[in-house]
Amino acid sequence: MRLLQPAEIPCQEVVELISDYLEGALPARERRRLEHHLAGCPHCSAYLAQMRETLRLTGRLVPEDLSPEMQREFADVYRRWRAES
Amino acid sequence: MSFHAPRLRWSRGRREATDADVHLLMRLREGDEDAFVTLVSKHHDPMLRLARTFVHSHAVAEEVVQDTWVGVLRGIDRFEGRSSLRTWLLAILVNRARTAGTREARSIAASDSDSFVAAVDASRFDSSGAWSSPPEQWVEDLEDRIGARALREQILAALVDMPERQRAVVMLRDVDGLRSEEVCQVLDLSAANERVLLHRGRSRLRQALEDTVEAVGA
Repeated sequence: MRLLQPAEIPCQEVVELISDYLEGALPARERRRLEHHLAGCPHCSAYLAQMRETLRLTGRLVPEDLSPEMQREFADVYRRWRAES
Repeated sequence: MSFHAPRLRWSRGRREATDADVHLLMRLREGDEDAFVTLVSKHHDPMLRLARTFVHSHAVAEEVVQDTWVGVLRGIDRFEGRSSLRTWLLAILVNRARTAGTREARSIAASDSDSFVAAVDASRFDSSGAWSSPPEQWVEDLEDRIGARALREQILAALVDMPERQRAVVMLRDVDGLRSEEVCQVLDLSAANERVLLHRGRSRLRQALEDTVEAVGA
């Protein structure tokens, strides 16, 4: 008996599903179709790797520290609040 | 619209857990000024960046952030810990920024998600939808080829070019590391809408990196 193969998704559609896939937001059936496609498509796998790298690099951006001047301003905000409460 | 490049640098690791916030909150309730300044320092930049997606001017955005902290201090006893402190702060900020944005006769463009923009240009696929111009393998040696500083600048430039709502979602989710439910809560978006905006924003960032690789390789 031949196992039913999931219907093929075209690459053009795969790239539109990648973010939902990475977010864990795809329904199980759709996730399986996507993973089946990725297993046989080096181009879409490369695309997925690029998206993962993009997220890794974006996640490495962190805020600069607050300037001493701003720290003083916020300390004043706090003191005014303490005085009024 | 002009948007100043966010003041962001690279980090080697992710940010610490938010339990520390609750501890700071307790200390500031007890009158510890340093605890307040530490808390502000930690959240100031994400707040300022988020405010800038609602208002034109940097000065107004700074006022919105300061006003938010005043509101937070006055309403501190209303924080019940049902959401993370960060989500609570950012949601207060968005309310205030929306009001300020309306006063500035500007509201966040609702059109970001209205028109479909493909993640990858249609010209790169054949009529069956298969790649005709497939992505190249550049992930492994990206930092060696481009350099960390140039990569950071490319990402920041792509964020600056992004429509406001996409930028707000990408920054909260991928830079500040909020969970998607928190992003929805802060920006008052449906889960589906949040994912559309995130997808479009991330696709732009990936494309920006690909363009950079091509420009260097050419």
